[in-house]
Amino acid sequence: MAEFEPKIVAFVCNWCTYAGADLTGTSRIKYASNVRIIRFPCTGRIDYMLLLKAFGEGADGIIVSGCHPNDCHYTSGNFHARRRWIVFRSLIDFLGIDIRRITFSWVSAAEGAKWAGLVNSTVSVIRDLGPYDDYKKIANFIEKEVSHG
Amino acid sequence: MDELRTRARELLESGKVQLVIGYEQGSGGKTRPAFVENPEKTDSLIFDSRCIQNLAVYVTKSEVRKKGRPAIVASVPVLRSLIQLASENQINDDTLVIIGITPGLELIEFKTLKEVGSFLEQYSLELDARDKEMICKLDGMEPALRWKLWMETLEPCFKCYACRAACPLCYCTRCTVECNQPQWLPVASHLLGNLEWHIMRAMHMAGRCTDCGSCANACPVGIPLTLLTRKIMLDANLNFGQTGPSLTSGNIMSVFRPEDRDNFIK
Repeated sequence: MAEFEPKIVAFVCNWCTYAGADLTGTSRIKYASNVRIIRFPCTGRIDYMLLLKAFGEGADGIIVSGCHPNDCHYTSGNFHARRRWIVFRSLIDFLGIDIRRITFSWVSAAEGAKWAGLVNSTVSVIRDLGPYDDYKKIANFIEKEVSHG
Repeated sequence: MDELRTRARELLESGKVQLVIGYEQGSGGKTRPAFVENPEKTDSLIFDSRCIQNLAVYVTKSEVRKKGRPAIVASVPVLRSLIQLASENQINDDTLVIIGITPGLELIEFKTLKEVGSFLEQYSLELDARDKEMICKLDGMEPALRWKLWMETLEPCFKCYACRAACPLCYCTRCTVECNQPQWLPVASHLLGNLEWHIMRAMHMAGRCTDCGSCANACPVGIPLTLLTRKIMLDANLNFGQTGPSLTSGNIMSVFRPEDRDNFIK
């Protein structure tokens, strides 16, 4: 059996982490290719429902990253996002969703190396945890139903 | 009881209000909401310990607003909801008259919502001890077991949205669950959509829920909905020091502090 390759979805803000990931590339730093980056205007725009959708669509791990506190392009988007994450993280943990699979981070536009390290460490954590079968099990039920109709 | 009826009649006759929202005798020994527009009919109004449905849910409904200015029979849980609605600019002192009822079933008059706020200060929002114990128990469990338990608990949900309809704070006229471009919530009655719905509902209640318990009472399959909202209330208290609805402090999700907890962010 082929080795398990984790699917990681990264929700990143346009101004810091996306630019940081860009810098990783232009600096020719190699990092795991398991990550699919989705660019958002701000971490404040990253709806928690989108994280659930990522798991529902088969992601094994999620990265959420944006500007460091006080660096937000819109002044306070990341502060609001952080509050939301505190509540959301605790709530889904309470429901039994594996919160080790969601990595929250601040990566600035100058931290290309940090981005590479973040992706690599997330991939290795998820590789150890294995595919997110629990969530896939409840999500796959939809596919079966759709194929009937 | 007579006092309540007299007060309701006075309000209707004087034209101060066009409608009284209260409780009346329903079927099967239960009470039901009553909408009295005719002063002659105020005798049907009752209030006792069975009147637990949160009437604040009606004050934001357009069907009710169309009838004119309402008076609402409000026990402590209803008053809390009204304060929360006021803090979200859904009601103000002019939009309604409050017929307050103390826990000792005495009538109490409020001239302004501010008075309601200071009246509520003596009744601090205490979480139900059984739910608190259950939350601690769940928190102490292995996540895998917790997941299994919740999946069993959410399995019977068929997303009738009675919890949404019963909640005074779910007043949006357009809800994410009806949004189908894109389809945010799968409509079929299965676990993925159920889980997403209950997470979304609880998140939208974060810092707003006044713990009246109407959602859990309305659930036809007995899902312990208050466990989720109470879990968030405990978190809100722990992380942001929130204690209950307030006219001044602002919603925990729309304010922030630069020194908010950061230890889970790499």
